[in-house]
Amino acid sequence: MRYAMAIDTKKCVGCSDCVVACQTENDVPIGYCRDWVVEVMDGTYPQLEMELRSERCNHCENSPCVRCCPTGASHYSEGGTVLVSKNECIGCSACITSCPYDARFVHPEGYVDKCTFCLHRVKKGMQPACVAVCPTKCMYFGDLDDPRSEVSQILKKRKYKTLIPEAGTKPHLYFLI
Amino acid sequence: MKSRREFLKISSLSAAGLIFGGGILDSIANNLVNNNKSFFKGPYDFTRTPTYCEVCFWKCAGWVYKDENGKIKKIIGNDLDPNCNGRFCPRGTGGVGMYYDEDRLKTPLIRTEERGKQTFREASWDEAFEYIASKMKQIKKEYGPESTALFTHGSGGKYFGKLLKAFGSNNIAAPSYAQCRGPREVAFISTFGQGINSPENTDIRDTKCLVLIGSHLGENMHNGQVQEMSDAIDKGANIITVDPRFSTVAGKSKHWLPIKPATDNALLLAWMNVIINEGLYDKEYVEKYTFGFDQLKDHVQRYTPEWAYGVTTIEPQQIRETAREMANAAPAVIVHPGRHVTWYGDDTQRLRAVAILNALLGSWGRRGGFYNPEKAEVPHYKLPAFPKPKKNWRDAMDGKYNLADLALASGVCDASIPGPDMDYAIKGWIVNGTNLINTLPNQKKTIQAIQELDLIAVVDTMPMEITGYADVVLPECTYLERYDALRISQGREPSIALRMPAVDPLYNTKPAYWMARELAKKLDLQDYFPFETIEEEIDWELKQVGTSLEEMQRVGVKKLEREFDDLYFADGEDVEFNTNTGKIELYSTALEEEGFDPMPVYTPHPEPEEGFYRLIYGRAPMHTFSRTANNPNLTDLMDENTCWVNPKVAKEWDLSSGQYVFLENQDGVISEFPIKVRVTERIRFDSIYMVHGFGHADKRMKRCFGKGVSDTQLITNVMTDPIMGGTGMRGNFVTFRTDIKKSEV
Repeated sequence: MRYAMAIDTKKCVGCSDCVVACQTENDVPIGYCRDWVVEVMDGTYPQLEMELRSERCNHCENSPCVRCCPTGASHYSEGGTVLVSKNECIGCSACITSCPYDARFVHPEGYVDKCTFCLHRVKKGMQPACVAVCPTKCMYFGDLDDPRSEVSQILKKRKYKTLIPEAGTKPHLYFLI
Repeated sequence: MKSRREFLKISSLSAAGLIFGGGILDSIANNLVNNNKSFFKGPYDFTRTPTYCEVCFWKCAGWVYKDENGKIKKIIGNDLDPNCNGRFCPRGTGGVGMYYDEDRLKTPLIRTEERGKQTFREASWDEAFEYIASKMKQIKKEYGPESTALFTHGSGGKYFGKLLKAFGSNNIAAPSYAQCRGPREVAFISTFGQGINSPENTDIRDTKCLVLIGSHLGENMHNGQVQEMSDAIDKGANIITVDPRFSTVAGKSKHWLPIKPATDNALLLAWMNVIINEGLYDKEYVEKYTFGFDQLKDHVQRYTPEWAYGVTTIEPQQIRETAREMANAAPAVIVHPGRHVTWYGDDTQRLRAVAILNALLGSWGRRGGFYNPEKAEVPHYKLPAFPKPKKNWRDAMDGKYNLADLALASGVCDASIPGPDMDYAIKGWIVNGTNLINTLPNQKKTIQAIQELDLIAVVDTMPMEITGYADVVLPECTYLERYDALRISQGREPSIALRMPAVDPLYNTKPAYWMARELAKKLDLQDYFPFETIEEEIDWELKQVGTSLEEMQRVGVKKLEREFDDLYFADGEDVEFNTNTGKIELYSTALEEEGFDPMPVYTPHPEPEEGFYRLIYGRAPMHTFSRTANNPNLTDLMDENTCWVNPKVAKEWDLSSGQYVFLENQDGVISEFPIKVRVTERIRFDSIYMVHGFGHADKRMKRCFGKGVSDTQLITNVMTDPIMGGTGMRGNFVTFRTDIKKSEV
């Protein structure tokens, strides 16, 4: 089982609902976030192009954060999801430096925090909070090993890209373009 | 009955979406309710309670979830709700911040110094009501009850409205009309005999072509419409966006027409020219349903794409191509009427042009165009008849704006400034949930009107600027802490939704129903509030439509059967439109009767002088006007607005992104605070852009005080629509004052 998310940049309006929904679902303190929205502009008026991306931890298959964690707090969990055990985390921030996606932050309580793919919801058969709330339904979540899953289906149909593929991290976030 | 512990254990599954889904859980809920005698107070043991959102006017229905300590944790959309389909927008999701905002109004206040200075003393509710009631009685004695008015933009307004009508006045105005969607309603009523209303009856989900004129869906997060736009994109619909700014939706459009601001009418007329002259219109539909085609055909001959090019800067080829694109999709095409349309003072005529285009394309009443909406009919308890007011705000308008179908907030404001020729002036205001200082253009005039009043009472949850001018401030509890009237909104299927408190009100705050009723008692009008509690009133109403408060507490939303027309016109169906001719009026007899152009014309508008730029404002998806500016969750996403500047302009002024500048408008008004510059290709060289609702000047709102610039402060030139009195606000020009430093304020 390999959990992954596909995000349709053609539908995302950058409203940041995913950010608030994550904050309230996961008690992320105000001033911090586990997901965020990026706007990329290209061109000169009036020949313009824009891409909007809802970003978060890429839950990489080859995660530099897991590799560099001195205590084993950063680890792979169900479906390849990368998690941090807050009790084992000493807040050294090595993982923050190693992450090419800047997906991690130090929680005010001293441990490193980040997106969990809402594993607590997924285990109950629900979608991650960001996917469930998105008004444009631009996010697809599921198991890459299951050809019938929404995420497998959409990746079969559409062109996509991953972020910083040259880092060799094998990310599990796909952006439909 | 199961023990509470068992209930909690089961209900914790609610996170998995199971609660009340199945029979077992339903019966537990029923048990809880039935064994709780004070069920009207609400089943606080539930882990989720129904609400409909109050952060904007879309009023999505959802569920408020609490944590194990009974604290509000999150708000999630109700799957049954046609307005949101289980998905709240960022503002709705962040609605929790309204409850937790520590800067909320906490207790009734009575002003101790002159208006505009925030010097208040705390008062008891009784004292506050006594103050208001005695002033109202005095106004009634001296000027008549008609000299009172209500401004409202919130659910509680219904009860203050009832109070005012019982008192003898019908001056009940919402800025959402004359400052927002009014011209659209008048234009569509005069064309189709029917307004657009809210939520809009646009059939976006099935459209093949969506035309947006200055409407920035996605940034204005009108939830249902944004959802349907996304569905339409999925199904391959083409979007045509007309906007001087590269809006988010422009980035998703097949055609973006970067029009010169204030020239939209020219483009709309040229589109008509192409559609008529190339024979692209729906001939059968036009023949059967419309009035005045021949006049229109003659009328638009002079508006060629070549002519429009010179006015709009949009190339003739692109005008033709987009017109053909619309016709190819017809009737599944929507030339979107927009929502905030008070721009240049000829807005009713612009929206008439939009309505006419839709008529030519045959999209009204057709799948993928505009559906026939229906609203639930919920009877109200019979009250004694309201006294008939002898006069109202219209008497101060000199016979103007007869076609306005609702009261003008700006008109009521004007009617409060006594003039030599006026034998009637409004003397007392109740302001409910609308920050008039940042809502009405021309702040100076608003403040002048306020200073003339004998009474101004403000009901709000936050210490908005308007509360600083109040004689009495009544702190309302947030929508998460109160019942309100049922949400009865139009849609494909009529639906009703319940709002009930998830928690008890924080501080010494109260719901509108209670306030209005207490005030009614002081004014000897309690007969108009026969139910002691709002729960009883809602329950009575719900029982008339075959449900009950108890059922609604469990389901939150109920869809009712459609009783009237079908969603779309049947092929060849005979339809009688509610106009003078019974037809869709391409040529408006109603406008002609009132002495206005029966068909829209192009009128040039003033342009900015050298060194000045047109002030364009809009919305951000995470904020609603100024009401969310201090919300901790939403401020976290966006805590100030920025001034969008084209790189060419930035170079000329030596501006760079991140720098703060003051702005000065054509009338010499300098922004109270500086604004952060955002240099971006997304805005035309002749305009600047900012999001509305920032630049708050009330220090009691600590999170948003002094953050960004208030566009309203810079909107001093108001171009009034002669047809219905809408206040056009896009004729203001600003320049940069880089010489003033931030510390100088």
